Amino acid sequence: MSSKKDLAVSVRGLSKSYVIAHNMNRPTNLREAIVDRFRHPLGNGGQDHEMFWAIKNMDFDIRAGEVVGIIGRNGAGKSTLLKILSRITWPTTGEIDIRGRVSSLLEVGTGFHPELTGRENVFLNGSILGMTRREIKQKLDEIVDFAGVEKFLDTPVKRYSSGMYVRLAFAVAANLDPEILIVDEVLAVGDAQFQQKCLGKMQDVARHAGRTILFVSHNMNAVLQLCERAILLHQGEVLMDGPAAEVMKSYVAEPEMGSVVDLVNHTNRDPSYPATLQSIAFFDSEGHPGTAFEPGETVVIKVFTKSARRIPNPQFSCAINNWRGERIFAVATYLSQSQVDYLEGSCVLVGRFELPNLVPGKYTLDIGLNEAHDTFIDVIYKAIALNVSPNDYLGVTHPFFPEMGSLMVRSEWEAFNEQTLVSGSGDQKSGLTYE
Amino acid sequence: MLDIASASELPHVRIRASEPGPLIDIPELLRFRDLLWTLAERDLKVRYKQTALGVIWVVLQPLMAALIFAFVFGVIAGLPSDGEPYVVFAFAGMTAWNTFANVLTKVSASLLANGQMISKIYFPRLILPLSSVVSALVDSAFSLVLMFVMMAIYRVWPGWGIVFLPVWLLILVVLALGLGLMTSSWMVRYRDVAHVIPVVLQLGLFISPVAWSMTNTKLSERFLMVLRLNPLASLLEAFRWSLFGRNAPPLAALAYSLVVAIAVFWMGIMIFKQQERTFADVI
Repeated sequence: MSSKKDLAVSVRGLSKSYVIAHNMNRPTNLREAIVDRFRHPLGNGGQDHEMFWAIKNMDFDIRAGEVVGIIGRNGAGKSTLLKILSRITWPTTGEIDIRGRVSSLLEVGTGFHPELTGRENVFLNGSILGMTRREIKQKLDEIVDFAGVEKFLDTPVKRYSSGMYVRLAFAVAANLDPEILIVDEVLAVGDAQFQQKCLGKMQDVARHAGRTILFVSHNMNAVLQLCERAILLHQGEVLMDGPAAEVMKSYVAEPEMGSVVDLVNHTNRDPSYPATLQSIAFFDSEGHPGTAFEPGETVVIKVFTKSARRIPNPQFSCAINNWRGERIFAVATYLSQSQVDYLEGSCVLVGRFELPNLVPGKYTLDIGLNEAHDTFIDVIYKAIALNVSPNDYLGVTHPFFPEMGSLMVRSEWEAFNEQTLVSGSGDQKSGLTYE
Repeated sequence: MLDIASASELPHVRIRASEPGPLIDIPELLRFRDLLWTLAERDLKVRYKQTALGVIWVVLQPLMAALIFAFVFGVIAGLPSDGEPYVVFAFAGMTAWNTFANVLTKVSASLLANGQMISKIYFPRLILPLSSVVSALVDSAFSLVLMFVMMAIYRVWPGWGIVFLPVWLLILVVLALGLGLMTSSWMVRYRDVAHVIPVVLQLGLFISPVAWSMTNTKLSERFLMVLRLNPLASLLEAFRWSLFGRNAPPLAALAYSLVVAIAVFWMGIMIFKQQERTFADVI
């Protein structure tokens, strides 16, 4: 193949299985048999084992210079894929060709030792990540500068604040100079400002240095900001591969576990309340089930309840939190003109509201049911996820960062020099004066 | 599994499920040599940070052990010491024994102690045991220096056999590394191994001629033969012969030790190689 030259990564027929339950290996020789006996002195040694395929027959190519986001739910195989590409673990079948030096950041600060100073840890971590001492020496200033820890370079890192620690750890990683960079959720560290700095650094590397980047993240905005292409994994297989925005859209639209979420066996259910709230589901205004909505769309919530006794004057409330768990807004029967007289037996409560102009991303709903206004009947935190898909409310393509908050607000801007408008909308009627 | 073709300018790595690679990938180890030194350095630095006596502990530990041996075996039990002052005799034994025991202990723990690195970063896994050997040998070097100081104090002079000292040490290290590679690989799966090693070492310390001499006339010829099944026996004797110039072990016994050391090392590498790919999955 003539195009083989510009492929940075080529994956063919890749599978990886793990053996779960006991007995990692059947005893094939005396040593293993003895060790096995040692482990299971009472068992017969030959317990059944279960194969789990973390990755199933995967094929894809990545051209040199591409920035590819790898997305998928927990357990989709993202981390396993990165581990195989990073040569940390081995595939069960298949083969991979990699052209170029690979650096993988599955974690920042691997090998950092609390007793060692910042400087010593930079050398340690750098060489763990595959840099030679000479390279590290050349980049030391840059690393220290990026992390902003000049004054503490000769202090043991155990005296560092956690922020400093993470910044130093990321700074080492960020100054690697590989042809292929594999990054797993590293942005989930540090404060929002530092996260943005890291994202910016990765963007620099991708755009200016022409590096190939494979980036796994749950942060949809980070993926959209960074990647032109995305690969959506589902249960160890490639479900979709294409332009990041398109893949992201179908990822967001993919219902969590069917569109109806069971509340009776919900992990966040407080067992001290009898399960009155049975299940919940979202629908759009046309009655199609889904969990992804655009700002301004009507969201229909259906809550199924079951109660042996009659609940008079029931009050249902539903609060929406952002990815940080901060409450954004709440809707409730008592915050509306509607009135529900009672619930008895199996009922379905249907509510509808117009989705505010939320920043795209994942939100969660806390739901609760009260009797009258005081007695709690049932409450479930993070009962269901609501995905807000991107739309062109602001009419711009600028990506969203966490520090932009949760609401999209339209605004207009002008700039003045003394009394003269130097830039802006061109509309001079504004009474603003620059002082 | 891995082959790095230098056909194009960029390094080309091929990962294949089934192919076993070379037993010891020397070019790859060389590329990561800085990591080997850095890890050994970390180990040494960390060990004596926040200790008042610092590096002095390196020599203080074997010295105290030798003094205890000198008291128990030399003074109380009155064991012969080949005509050397008992402390010097016992310290020589301790130096050689500790080289073996430290290498084995450190190498066997090396994978588990760096489990986080193994599950998050690629590097040739062999770097970990090798860096443990380096850090253990630094301790031995300090111990050897003290050995020579003691010999000077007691006016014991080595003969021409001193030139072979590194050879005996090398065989000891190869043997210990081989055992360490096996035990470290097993320890990833079975933590039990970590509990067995100290017990076995304790036994080894007494059945090897560390505090006593093989030339002890009370021992029957047959019993000596049994004792020489322990490959360490003739190595310890040879070590002392190099220092003191007396009581060389039979050449056949030394040859036996060498063969055992090489066989154990080869087995160690084989087992390590066989298990290497799954370290990250099970650690």
